[in-house]
Amino acid sequence: MSDPLLQVDDLHVHFPAGGRAVGGKRNPVRAVDGISFSIERGRTLGLVGESGCGKSTTGLSILRLVEPTSGTVTFDGTDLGNLGRKDLRRFRRRAAMIFQDPYASLDPRRTVGDAIGEALDIHDLHQGRQARATRVAELLERVGLHPDTGSRYPHEFSGGQRQRVGIARALAVEPDFLVCDEPIAALDVSIQAQVLNLLAELQDELQLTYLFIAHDLAAVQHVSDRIAVMYLGRIVEEGDRRDVITDPQHPYTRALLSAVPVPDPVAERQRSRVELVGDVPSPMNPPSGCRFRTRCPRVFEACGRIDPDLIPVGGGEGSVGGGHTAACLLHGEVGQPVERSEHPDANEIEAGLDGALPNR
Amino acid sequence: MSIDRPSGDVVLSVRDLEVSFATRRGRADVVRGLDYDLRRGETLALVGESGSGKSVSTMALTKLIPIPPGRVTGTAMLDGQDLIAMSERDLLAVRGRRIGFVFQDPMTSLNPVHPIGRQLTEGMRHHLGISESDARDRAVDLLRKVGIPAAEKRLDDYPHQFSGGMRQRVVIAIGLSCDPQVLIADEATTALDVTTQAQIIELVNQLQDELGMAVIWITHDLGVVAGIADRVMVMYAGEIVEEADVDELFADPRHPYTVGLLKSLPVLGAFDRDELAAIPGLPPAPTDLPAGCAFHPRCAYRDDERCVSERPPLREVGGDAGSGHRIRSFYEVAEDDRRAAATAGIAAPEHREEDAS
Ligand SMILES: Nc1ncnc2c1ncn2[C@@H]1O[C@H](COP(=O)(O)OP(=O)(O)OP(=O)(O)O)[C@@H](O)[C@H]1O
Ligand SMILES: Nc1ncnc2c1ncn2[C@@H]1O[C@H](COP(=O)(O)OP(=O)(O)O)[C@@H](O)[C@H]1O
Ligand code: SF4
Ligand code: SF4
Ligand SMILES: [Mg+2]
Ligand SMILES: [Mg+2]
Repeated sequence: MSDPLLQVDDLHVHFPAGGRAVGGKRNPVRAVDGISFSIERGRTLGLVGESGCGKSTTGLSILRLVEPTSGTVTFDGTDLGNLGRKDLRRFRRRAAMIFQDPYASLDPRRTVGDAIGEALDIHDLHQGRQARATRVAELLERVGLHPDTGSRYPHEFSGGQRQRVGIARALAVEPDFLVCDEPIAALDVSIQAQVLNLLAELQDELQLTYLFIAHDLAAVQHVSDRIAVMYLGRIVEEGDRRDVITDPQHPYTRALLSAVPVPDPVAERQRSRVELVGDVPSPMNPPSGCRFRTRCPRVFEACGRIDPDLIPVGGGEGSVGGGHTAACLLHGEVGQPVERSEHPDANEIEAGLDGALPNR
Repeated sequence: MSIDRPSGDVVLSVRDLEVSFATRRGRADVVRGLDYDLRRGETLALVGESGSGKSVSTMALTKLIPIPPGRVTGTAMLDGQDLIAMSERDLLAVRGRRIGFVFQDPMTSLNPVHPIGRQLTEGMRHHLGISESDARDRAVDLLRKVGIPAAEKRLDDYPHQFSGGMRQRVVIAIGLSCDPQVLIADEATTALDVTTQAQIIELVNQLQDELGMAVIWITHDLGVVAGIADRVMVMYAGEIVEEADVDELFADPRHPYTVGLLKSLPVLGAFDRDELAAIPGLPPAPTDLPAGCAFHPRCAYRDDERCVSERPPLREVGGDAGSGHRIRSFYEVAEDDRRAAATAGIAAPEHREEDAS
C-alpha cells in the first residue's frame, strides 16, 4: 500500500550558463535533468552522489527555494506548480530545510532565540512575547539544548550545538517534511552520532518525512528506508536500502560502495577498488547516451547511443514502498543483462564490495 | 595478525612538544606534551576531532603558526637537528624541502594566477638549485607519477583548469617535488569525493613504497586511518590518548575515547535501527580544560577520584611488551566492550576469523 507524501515527476532544474559562451550557443547547466521519485509518509529517502551531481538543487527545488525548469512536484496530493503565493506560504509551513553548514545558516548578529522565533513570526505562530518565548524554550529543549540558551548568539555555540539550533528552527513551523542537506558533514565525529540519533528520534515522535542528502554512505544507510544514487543530474539507481547497499546493480553505485573507507584495516588491505577513470563531465555538456559511460568500467558499444531509463532490476524482496531500479544497459529485461562487456575491471567490482560488506 | 612494523630508521623524533597561544580568554593549551618517533617509510595517522591539536602540533614543528601569540617548547629532531631550536632562516631550508606539505583545500595551496608548472618548478629551483629545464623535466615526471594524464601539456595550465581531485594531485606533486624525508598531509582528502579520495590514498601508498618517505597523515575519519596508516595516534584535547599499530588499534582499542568513537559509527551493511552509541557531551575548549583527565566529563569508565583530579600518564598496555601500544588513562576498557568496539567498525565475527588464518 503506497501513501507518498512527496512525489517528484520528471523534474528538471537548469541554470543559465555563467561566463562567456565559447563559439556561439551557451548550454545551460543541467543541474537536475529529469528525475522522478516518491517518499512515503514517515519515511526517509537518502540521496547520495558525488559533489555537483545535483543533490542540493533537488532539495531546494522541491521546497521551491529554486524554481524548477519543468516537471511536477506533488506534496500530499497537491501539485506545487499550481500554487499561488498564499498557498505556497502555507506549504512552507509544512516543509523545511536543515543545511550543512550550521555556521553559515545562522545570522551572527541575532540570538538563536530570535532565529527560531522568526520562523514562528513568519507564520503567525505562538504570538505574544510570552507564548513565543515558551515555544522557543520548548524547541531548544526538544533538540537537547538548555531551554534558556535562547538569549545567546551563534558564536557561543559549538558546531554540533549550532546544528541543533538549525534543527530547532526547522521544527518551529511544525513541518511534516524536512530536507536535510548534509546535516552532519560539518560536525565532529563524536557529535555526528548525537545528531543522527536526534533526527531519528524526532522522526519517530513527530512522524516526519525526510529527504536526507549526504555523501557518507554508512550514515545514509543508517537513517534511510530507501536510497537514491545520483550521477550528473540523474538518478541512476533507487531502491530499498538493503537492496542498494548489498545488491547494487549500477556500475556507479558499485564504484561508490567500493570506495567507502571502512574502519577495518584488514578489510581495507584486502579489498580491491573499482577505479573510476577520469573526472565527472560538465553538467553543461553531459555525454551522449549513458552519462556514466566516460568513466564506466563496463562501458560497451551501445552505451554511447542509448540513454538508459530506470528499469526494475534485482530481486528486491525486502522492499519498503516499491522495487529496485537502475538505469544501465546491462539490464535489459527484469534483472536480465542484455550484453556484457569484457572489460577487465568487471570482476573487481565484486572484489571491492566483498571488502566493504561483512554480510555478503 | 599484526602487519610488520616499518623498521626503518627514525627520521623524526618528537619529545615533550607543547604549544600554547595567548588569547583573550587566557592561555590556550593546545598541544600538551606529545612524544613520538616517526620512521622512514612509515605512515603515522593523527586522528581526533576538530580542535584536538592535530594541525597545530604538526605546523608547530616548522613554526608555521604565528609566534607570538603562539609558543612552542620541546624538541623535534630531524636527522639529528632540533627543528624547534632552529632559526627562521634554517627553517626555510626545511619547509618544502625536507618536510613536504599537503593541505586540505588545494585551492589555498595553489596560487590561482600562476600556471601549475611554475608552482612546481619554483621550489625545486630554489631548494635543489637545478636549471629551469631540468626542473620542468622533473615536474613532468612528478605529474605523471601522481596520475595527471598528458602531463607535459598541462604544465602551463592554471589551477582552475583542473578538477578538485586533479588539483589535489598537483599539490601532492609539489609536496613531493624536493624529495622530502617527511610528508605531512593535513586532511588532504577531506574535501574530495570518496571515489577521488580512494584514488589519492592509493596514490600516496604507492608513492611511499616507491620513494620511502615517512608520512604524517592527519584526518578525523577512522575509515581513512584504517586504509592508510601503519601506526595511529588518537588525539584528544591536545594529548595523545592512545597510540598503537593500526591493526591493534582497531582490533583491541583500550582507551575509553577510542572505544567510544568506534562504537558510535554507523556501519555499512548493518541494517538494524538501533540508536547509535553516541559519546555524550562536547570536547573541552583549550582555554578551559577540565582538571584531571581531560576526557573525564564524557567518560563512561570514569571510576574514582583520580580521574577528576590527577592527569593520567601515558602508559604501555596490551599483551605484547614493546608493541608500543599506549594509552593515557587510569583504566582500560573492559574486554567485552573492547570486543564490541572492534567488531563495531565493520568486521562481523566470521570476517575476523578469516584473517586470523
Ligand atoms: N545558481 C546556480 N547557477 C549555476 N549553476 C548552479 C547553481 N546552483 C548549482 N549549480 C550547478 O548545478 C550542479 C549541481 O549542484 P548542486 O549544488 O545541486 O550539487 P550537489 O550534488 O548538492 O553537490 P555537493 O555534494 O557539492 O553539495 C553543479 O554543477 C553546480 O555547479
Ligand atoms: N593562532 C591561534 N591562536 C589561538 N588559538 C589557536 C590558534 N591556532 C589554533 N588555535 C587553537 O588550537 C586548537 C587546536 O587547533 P588545531 O590543531 O587546528 O586542531 P585540529 O587540527 O585538531 O582540528 C584549537 O582550539 C584552535 O582554536
Ligand atoms: S549503460 Fe553502459 S556506460 Fe552506462 S552504466 Fe551501464 S554499462 Fe556503464
Ligand atoms: S582516566 Fe578516567 S576519566 Fe580519563 S579516560 Fe581513563 S577512565 Fe576515563
Ligand atoms: Mg550540496
Ligand atoms: Mg586541522
